[in-house]
Amino acid sequence: MSKKIITLHVNGKDQEVAVDERESLYETLRNELRLTSIKKGCEVGECGACSVLLNGKCVDSCIYLTIWAVGKDIVTVEGLKDETNGDITDVQKEFIKQAAVQCGFCTPGFILKAVEIVGANKPYTRDEIKELITGNLCRCTGYMNIVTAIEHAIKHNMDKLGIPYEVQPSTTSFDLPDEEKEKMLKDVLEMQNNDVTKS
Amino acid sequence: MDYIGKSNLRVDAYAKVTGSAKYTADLAPRDCLIAKVLHSTIANGEVISMDVTEARKVPGVVGVFTCFDVPDVEFPTAGHPWSTDEKHQDIADKKLLNKRVRFYGDDIAAVVAVDNVACDKALKLIKVEYKEYPVHTDARSMLNDKDAPILHPNWRKDNVIAHTSFKSSDDFNYDEAKKKAIAEYGEENLIEVVKNVKTPRISHCHIELPISYAYVDTNGKVTVVASTQLPHICRRVVAQALNIPWGKVRVIKPYIGGGFGNKQDMLYEPLNAWLSVKCGGKPVMLEIPREETMVGTRTRHPMDGDVRGLATKDGKLLCRELVNYSTNGGYAAHGHSITAKCAGIFQNLYKNPLGVNSEAYTVWTNAPTSAAMRAYGVPQAVSFAETLTDDICEKGGFDPLKFRMDNLCDENLKAGGVEFYTYGLKKCLEIGSKKIDWEKKREEYKNQTGPIRRGIGMCCFIYQTAVAPIALETASVRMILNQDGSMQLSIGATEIGQGADTVFTQIAAESTGISPDKVFVMSSQDTDITPFDTGAYGSRQTYVTGNAIKECGVILKKKICEYALTMEDEEKLKGKKLEDLDVFDNYVVDIKSKEKLVSLEKLSTTAFYSFTNNQHITAEKTTDIHTNTFASGCTFADIEVDMPLGIINVKDIISVHDSGTLINPALATAQVHGGMSMSLGYGMSEEFILDPKTGKPYNNNLLDYKIPTAMDSPDFKVEFVVMKDPTGGYGNKALGEPPTVAPAVAIRNAVLNATGIGFNEFPLTAQRLVHEFKEKGMI
Repeated sequence: MSKKIITLHVNGKDQEVAVDERESLYETLRNELRLTSIKKGCEVGECGACSVLLNGKCVDSCIYLTIWAVGKDIVTVEGLKDETNGDITDVQKEFIKQAAVQCGFCTPGFILKAVEIVGANKPYTRDEIKELITGNLCRCTGYMNIVTAIEHAIKHNMDKLGIPYEVQPSTTSFDLPDEEKEKMLKDVLEMQNNDVTKS
Repeated sequence: MDYIGKSNLRVDAYAKVTGSAKYTADLAPRDCLIAKVLHSTIANGEVISMDVTEARKVPGVVGVFTCFDVPDVEFPTAGHPWSTDEKHQDIADKKLLNKRVRFYGDDIAAVVAVDNVACDKALKLIKVEYKEYPVHTDARSMLNDKDAPILHPNWRKDNVIAHTSFKSSDDFNYDEAKKKAIAEYGEENLIEVVKNVKTPRISHCHIELPISYAYVDTNGKVTVVASTQLPHICRRVVAQALNIPWGKVRVIKPYIGGGFGNKQDMLYEPLNAWLSVKCGGKPVMLEIPREETMVGTRTRHPMDGDVRGLATKDGKLLCRELVNYSTNGGYAAHGHSITAKCAGIFQNLYKNPLGVNSEAYTVWTNAPTSAAMRAYGVPQAVSFAETLTDDICEKGGFDPLKFRMDNLCDENLKAGGVEFYTYGLKKCLEIGSKKIDWEKKREEYKNQTGPIRRGIGMCCFIYQTAVAPIALETASVRMILNQDGSMQLSIGATEIGQGADTVFTQIAAESTGISPDKVFVMSSQDTDITPFDTGAYGSRQTYVTGNAIKECGVILKKKICEYALTMEDEEKLKGKKLEDLDVFDNYVVDIKSKEKLVSLEKLSTTAFYSFTNNQHITAEKTTDIHTNTFASGCTFADIEVDMPLGIINVKDIISVHDSGTLINPALATAQVHGGMSMSLGYGMSEEFILDPKTGKPYNNNLLDYKIPTAMDSPDFKVEFVVMKDPTGGYGNKALGEPPTVAPAVAIRNAVLNATGIGFNEFPLTAQRLVHEFKEKGMI
């Protein structure tokens, strides 16, 4: 079948690609645009590892045709980093802080889902968060620290909006106070900085 | 200790949250050919003929290879260290593609093409003619059929891989022990439970599929980039399968998206390597789809055990027995070792004053191959032992907590070269029972009726750290001081998600005095670059590799201090001797006063560029470990059973672990969370089912095979008993696998407490509960 030239709006830029009309968005973004943060776990829309944001909502890109995405705003984890200053989102920072990452394979999908959840500007409870992320599977974490990371990211947003919100207390006496994690996060981010003109 | 016991953030977290961490598929060259596998549609028989004429004609197809084309070489697939003793070598019973089909989904042909579409088209056009044999998908049915065809006649005269009995003494016999007990205590003063327990076939469900790509490099080396837990073992097995020298194979392990023991076997790496060789050394990628992964890779062994136990009426456990039939599937993989480990843990979890027999059969069957999965037979061991305990308690009216306190193994346990160098099991029980409010709730939940009932239950375990002395335990480490005093840490041990690289960084920092931010651990293993290590399995790496890193650090530190003594221009070092020096926080310091004498930065730069005393300071160490220490722990679960719906709601669940010193408490906690979740699946929802007549899988996909989602997961509580173990590098014991042992059985025992029904078949699905409640007239 001959390929069709289309324009996709990905991570803030228009990109022209030649696609087979039967191609999934997963295939186009990974194979043509080399956005490798999008992962394959099942290819049938069960695991959520291939999630991308389409107009702010998560979809499983493995069961979504590329041609349907024309005219839509597509965001992948690569697009979350601020290209002007290298900053990452509160969601990503909280995933680092709360040890919500293990093998990391499901992580991009969860992060995009969390960005959608936080972006709803609602003070979701832990149970509500669990329901919202139930389309993403993780085999390493038992979801515990992922939910905690999302709670904390919501908290940052609620603080900005002036809405009262409390994260649930830790369920182990071996946890560190959040300020200490915040300090270590600064070091992690500093490690990434190789620009001496930037403090 | 300065860097041990600190909850450092993961060294790879930034790479993973930004999507920049590269996994195997992300690294494959764009012009990679694609390979796919044709699987058998019968479970037992032979491929008589295969017609690939039409398949070869499909545009884009580069090659079609069948079971008639592969080398006539059978190879072992287990991720065990090789043994130079032939008797201890793994069973070599698998070819790259197999004419003799042993399970539904066996690999019989492969297609290489320019893309997926051409592969799929070609696969559909291959015509296969089979000769079929009768099918037995489980161990007992295989053993009961005396005429069953032998699956591996080269290896055994029947389908039993091994049959062993671990006994308290050679002449122990359960029935004799029972007679003795009757004579001593009187029959009316004894409690006996006799039953059968079945555990499910479980799929690992790492989210990254098994994947590799292979090519022949310019130097003639067969190179495989693979999602494997053990690159060095993978190298050996690929070489064995292709029948080429081991050194001609290079294996590279990038970031890996979970393994849980499945990627402790060589799955499709050997076939992938061979396909590349057959295609002129071009890069060929082989990714196994989820549906094929669940069938064609490995599973947790379904086990079927007859269990007996005898106790006195006042709560003294006397003797126990397990006769266990373990379904190993079509190929031996790890052979008998998993069922044997299961038998050992059943035997040793309790004191058995009148003795114990733990007997095990591992049987080839017409089912997907069973091999390593997180905790290696111990979840099954505890399913036998800890359901037996609670059934005895239920029958005898004993408090399960007190019964365990009285009868559990104690600090004197020594078994097969493993012992408790530190013993925290009963302390774990104290903490767990207090946190869950055991006594109050046991009282509260008595004599319930009605559709919603609450229950509380518990389960204990013991767990070996690493695999010594049964198997070799060895690890190599290389440390390279950079020009600025930072360090490259090169190891063959693998990060597979558990946090190994972070923990290794902390151990290296502790042993060298170089701060963690200046320790650069190599996250990708490459058998041509990183030193030998057998890899990620058996909860071994922090113990074995950790010890090697510690010892390597001592060497590096000594070399640094020795160099410092040669720096004649350094005023502060004048008159110092080697024993006066230490390294701390990137400085050579006075060992007593901690006064900073010279920075490592200055020392390293001097060493690299000195005309008079030029040195590149490196250290290398191979450590083999011969000790092995028991870790232990327990889970307490408080649940609610919805009787008419058969649904179990976990209201509260806590695991307490005795794993020695925690190198990184935050990552240790995260390990426990993941293990608890996996156990919840084993306990309540996961069961990979085959049609017993045809061996055809029913639910080999993530829709019909139910791993826990976030909604299924309660908030997990985690505590630790921290005791410094003298054998661990910094006092640490096993933690990777133990968390997935106890929770399922704690929930099962809580259901017993809630309803009076002791379920003996895992998982406790709604169907099983409702069926049983109806049978008993409870709903």
